[in-house]
Amino acid sequence: MAELWQLGIHEAAERLARREISSVELTRAHLDRIRQVEGSVRAFVTVTDRAALREAEVIDRRRQEGEALSPLAGIPLAMKDVLSTKGVTTTCSSRMLERFVPPYDATVISRLKDAGMVMVGKTNMDEFAMGSSTENSAFFPTRNPWDLTRVPGGSSGGSAAAVAAGEAMGALGTDTGGSVRQPGALTNTTALKPTYGRVSRYGVVAFASSLDQVGPLARSARDCALLLQAIAGRDPLDSTSMDVPVPDYVAGLSGSIKGLRVGIPKEYFVEGIEPGVQRAIDEAISTLKGMGAQIGECSLPHTRYGVAAYYIIAPAECSANLSRFDGVKYGFSASGTGVDDLSSAIAQSRAQGFGAEVKRRVMLGTYALSTGYYDAYYLKAEKMRTLIRRDFDQAYEQFDVLLSPTSPTVAFKLGEKLSDPYAMYLNDVFTIPTNLAGTSGLSIPAGFSDGLPVGLHLMGPAWGEPTLLRVADAFQRETDFHTRWPDLDGKRGKGKRSK
Amino acid sequence: MGIDRKTVDHVAWLARLALTDDERERLREQLSSILEHINVMSEADTSEVPATAYILPVQNVVGADVPWTSLPTDELLANAPDSEEGYIRVRAIFGEE
Repeated sequence: MAELWQLGIHEAAERLARREISSVELTRAHLDRIRQVEGSVRAFVTVTDRAALREAEVIDRRRQEGEALSPLAGIPLAMKDVLSTKGVTTTCSSRMLERFVPPYDATVISRLKDAGMVMVGKTNMDEFAMGSSTENSAFFPTRNPWDLTRVPGGSSGGSAAAVAAGEAMGALGTDTGGSVRQPGALTNTTALKPTYGRVSRYGVVAFASSLDQVGPLARSARDCALLLQAIAGRDPLDSTSMDVPVPDYVAGLSGSIKGLRVGIPKEYFVEGIEPGVQRAIDEAISTLKGMGAQIGECSLPHTRYGVAAYYIIAPAECSANLSRFDGVKYGFSASGTGVDDLSSAIAQSRAQGFGAEVKRRVMLGTYALSTGYYDAYYLKAEKMRTLIRRDFDQAYEQFDVLLSPTSPTVAFKLGEKLSDPYAMYLNDVFTIPTNLAGTSGLSIPAGFSDGLPVGLHLMGPAWGEPTLLRVADAFQRETDFHTRWPDLDGKRGKGKRSK
Repeated sequence: MGIDRKTVDHVAWLARLALTDDERERLREQLSSILEHINVMSEADTSEVPATAYILPVQNVVGADVPWTSLPTDELLANAPDSEEGYIRVRAIFGEE
């Protein structure tokens, strides 16, 4: 019999509704699990254990009183530390915000609270969501539960590791260039980046405002559907959240993909994909074919410019967004030597409060926006963005979804890519174009290479979440990769071994 | 195309980052190398291509004109490094402190 922390959200929701288990029991199981494995995984910046138990008690009481509750009521979840939580430190894994306690909740947080979630903690991340390994956290790196000497991906690495290790049943992350999907792939979790405008960004500490989107991570597509259901939809507090009807994502999980048109973009399969990753993706393609999908080749000719355009646009927007950190209104404030007037106080606060990668991107973005370079870099990148978007528009005229690996490699060793910033940036070569186009994308477990998870990346058009989730769920009915557990304590999960 | 130390100094000033000499030198190298990769964009002819700053077809979104209560001043100032009588305290901008 599975441990309580191994249940899926939908299974736990059913057992909670039937009162076979209580939320307090479920929450205790997760807090115990956190105590057991957190010393080696280090997924959390803050564990909110006491508040979690209080919230669980309230939900149990409301259920006792016969109240009809949401499927997420009483479910232990983890939130990336970039999402503002009223009264709970929100650090963005930065010295700059180490002691920042938001006076309000992000909309995604208040919506999950309305649904009755039990928040177990705030998860570690690359500082201000800039990175692909969670090594850019100012506090400590998070480790991959599948191999503690490797990274969990990033920037939502804490959220992904927490879900993979059974410390939370699901989590939210943010995805600006792959920061939900890539850690999902590296940790064997299911991870969705919704269409830009699908989920409110109110209360999300901004990195690149035209690209950022909040998305769920869980251990199945069905659980991701439940989480997306709760957070999607127009929010008057975010003028970029769109007034597009929110479908019933769970009801759309029919299990059938007969006749689904799957496009394989040839430019994504040119170089740099590890053989073990390629093998798993090839097998996933045959699985989909066997399930009745029609597979065909397509072309996204401007793919090779994606990373370049992204590393102008995202830093440019970040340099503007992070200008708010001045050590005056909130956040780290420098004092002592070298600080003798307001202007040096601001420059010192920023120099001491930001880590190396954040400074690198602020510098790159400031440079790209500065007089004399704007046309060559920023404007050029925005034109590339148009071309990349047109590529997708054309592909989606012929195909329902496009497919690639989520990441060209499996999880790499801690420290392996730290010395070469551009090599680190190339981790996101398959996920970045989706953000530039503002469309939807999802990563699901597709097998293992030498015991390390491989993620399958499914891309869809704007508002394509129902199709992506349906395909992912159908794939998970045919395969069992997503049900496997890392061996963190010599105690195996659902009795299935990783290869 | 590499960038020189003078450019790094200028950009650091624009970005209000009091970087150390070591940081400036490292950033000069790293930014030069990153920009070399980014210059792949110049291969694409974009003379006839409009720019996309934003992917959503929305403009001038207005909110409903409904009054609501702002957060209390003390809650908002709780995160300020220094405050006094409902104001954020800053260093003197003109002349001596």
